[in-house]
Amino acid sequence: MVRADMVEATEFPHLVHKYNVFGVPKTVVNEVVQFEGALPEPLFLQQVMKATVEEG
Amino acid sequence: MPILTEDVRNKVREELTKLPGKAKLVVFTQAFECEHCRENTSLAEEVAALSDQVDIEVYNFALDKEVVERYGVDKIPAIVVAGEKDYGIRFYGVPAGYEFTTLIEAIKIVSAGESGLAPKTKEALAGLKNPLHLQVLVTPT
Repeated sequence: MVRADMVEATEFPHLVHKYNVFGVPKTVVNEVVQFEGALPEPLFLQQVMKATVEEG
Repeated sequence: MPILTEDVRNKVREELTKLPGKAKLVVFTQAFECEHCRENTSLAEEVAALSDQVDIEVYNFALDKEVVERYGVDKIPAIVVAGEKDYGIRFYGVPAGYEFTTLIEAIKIVSAGESGLAPKTKEALAGLKNPLHLQVLVTPT
């Protein structure tokens, strides 16, 4: 159910533009949730699960 | 001329001797119009050469459409890090710098078939009803 991509930003400038990347790491979940920075696991999970809510 | 230094090769070899199971690097490349593809493939080949437990398959992104579709790869260079099954782990772009460590960690995780996540996290993910697609944008330094 989970697909996780590491994307090397400098090689894919169109994604940097698309997701307004100003700092790394930047995580995008299902195109609906975005957050910057490395988070501890519980907070990371919290952000990731927001995507399931946003989608209804 | 290898990408990995002797020192790094020795460290990675040591890391990978402890692998409990098989891992597979599925590499997608193309001869033209892909600046970093050659480097990416070489890096994956060098890593795979350091352990009998790590296999490598190299596919042409333009020609091997069936495999591209099976793994859902949408850009190159790409490396799928798979174990007994496909756990959905993809590296787009050359995993250099800090990301090299992430690549080795991913190999260890799929080989063991154990994410190392907290029970609470696993519980939440087990309850997913729709797929999640995480993209983590990083830079090599």
